[in-house]
Amino acid sequence: MSDKILQITNPVLSISNLSIAYGKKDKLAVKDVSADVKRNNITAIMGPSGCGKSTLLRAINRMHELYPNIHTEGEIKLNGETIYEMSTSKLRRKIGMVFQRPNPFPTMSIYENVIAGYDLNGSKLKKNEKDEIVETSLHDVGLFEEVKDSLNKKGNFLSGGQQQRLCIARALAFKPEVILMDEPTSALDPLSTAKIEDLLVELKVHYSIILVTHNMSQAARISDNAMFMYLGELVEYDKTKTMFTNPKDPRTEGYLTGKFG
Amino acid sequence: MEKALINKNEGSNWRELKNKLFFGLVIVLSGITIMPILLIVYKLLSKGLRQINLDFFFKVAPDTLQAMSAVQSGEIIPGGIANGITGTLLMVAVASLIAIPVSILIGIFLYENPGKKYASLIRNLTDILQGVPSVVLGLIAYFWIVKGVTNGFSALAGSVALSIMMLPLIIRSTEETMKMIPVSIKEAGAALGVPYHRIIFKIMIPSGFSGLMTGILLSISRVLGETAPLMLTTLGNRAINFNITKPTSAVPLQIWEFYNNPNMIDLVWSSSLFLVGFVLTLNIIAKRISTKYS
Ligand SMILES: Nc1ncnc2c1ncn2[C@@H]1O[C@H](COP(=O)(O)OP(=O)(O)OP(=O)(O)O)[C@@H](O)[C@H]1O
Ligand SMILES: [Mg+2]
Repeated sequence: MSDKILQITNPVLSISNLSIAYGKKDKLAVKDVSADVKRNNITAIMGPSGCGKSTLLRAINRMHELYPNIHTEGEIKLNGETIYEMSTSKLRRKIGMVFQRPNPFPTMSIYENVIAGYDLNGSKLKKNEKDEIVETSLHDVGLFEEVKDSLNKKGNFLSGGQQQRLCIARALAFKPEVILMDEPTSALDPLSTAKIEDLLVELKVHYSIILVTHNMSQAARISDNAMFMYLGELVEYDKTKTMFTNPKDPRTEGYLTGKFG
Repeated sequence: MEKALINKNEGSNWRELKNKLFFGLVIVLSGITIMPILLIVYKLLSKGLRQINLDFFFKVAPDTLQAMSAVQSGEIIPGGIANGITGTLLMVAVASLIAIPVSILIGIFLYENPGKKYASLIRNLTDILQGVPSVVLGLIAYFWIVKGVTNGFSALAGSVALSIMMLPLIIRSTEETMKMIPVSIKEAGAALGVPYHRIIFKIMIPSGFSGLMTGILLSISRVLGETAPLMLTTLGNRAINFNITKPTSAVPLQIWEFYNNPNMIDLVWSSSLFLVGFVLTLNIIAKRISTKYS
């Protein structure tokens, strides 16, 4: 492997030779990407618009399969287990996802939203087990104090940042190993963004986080490792500090210095 | 200088006049549009209200003799339209049981396969179905059910005819409702590993509940007053009947029967008033639901 790709021992995720095409096989959205993801770290994925960040991220919990005519080659392993051999429901319990815009279920209360992963999958939990999961998840995202008196109300009175934390709590309720986040703060104001960033740094103690971001300073602030993608290729993958101070590829340097993107 | 001033005045006078003319035209045209509705409601109230009492809802239609003697002595006609009301409710309920699940599933299928050939085929067929005259649907139900299943006129046959009429409306409103729900809600479900059928039943349908409900209520109010298909399928019944394999009355059928009996003309008005009131109420509820929850 080239020296532009970080080597990691005992990775939580290991992606090898992953290529993805929407429709036509010769037009690849992700080109032969190989990378390992370090446990209990924040790994940022950066790159200009359309370079394949979301596609790569969605391949990790197989959400990209929701699109018709998608072609996938290569392999992804979670703790050594090939994800394409697991059921999607088992996989997505272990790999949670948070989206660009907060998307709590509009018909459900705050409580129901947090426990939705269990309820919608038909798990039979006792009331006190549910209460416990809801409370810890909301605690973990720092929302419990703010909403503890309105758990049975719909979440639409919450601010954007609170709604996004609710969505993170919903993902945490499963106690996943990995949390995928696609630009989770791009729809939020600076204050909410700062709160979520602090939260992610706290969460990485228990979870491995992969964060797609357009915001270079965000990547620099909170990520441990960073990938730089360009036209579907993983151009460079390194410790964030190293990448920002000493990029090895001219394309990475160009992006980081604002020459394009 | 003076001339210019006069010209200017003339111009603004002309513009004012044009505005007034246009305003007047709008008033007249709106009046013409609203007039029939007002006339109908006025006529129904003035002629029909007299007949409406408790008996009207709880007794079956009188026979000719009873009606005749009441008319001759200037009293209100005894009896009511309980057989018609129960028949209408029975048939609308059975029609809904058939039409609602089928059309919601088709609507969701269309939403899930927007660009597919067979989806647009179904969409076109739905549009065609909407244009088929109701009497033709009655004929079809006659051949399928009256001849084929119940061996005689039956509420079931009427329900089938009505349910076919309900399909296009609910299919369309389901598809439109689903399109309004943000994809991100569906993705949130998928990302939690929720299986497809649960995403549909536990996330999409509840999220679109008000839209679906509106479509259903409007389709019911659309078929409530249908007469022609019922004449070919359920015929009518002088008694209250809850057996779907037997002939059954319905309010619009009764209106037609009353109309053909010179002694029962008053009941035409009161039954029509009831039907219009029912349809209006459903429409208002549908509007309420769609504004309250969206
Ligand atoms: N549903 C789709 N159907 C067809 N092509 C798609 C689809 N989604 C993405 N693509 C294409 O795949 C490529 C990668 O898209 P992707 O969304 O992964 O980029 P991205 O890096 O996340 O961009 P952004 O920063 O704008 O979110 C782009 O060329 C895009 O046009
Ligand atoms: Mg993206």
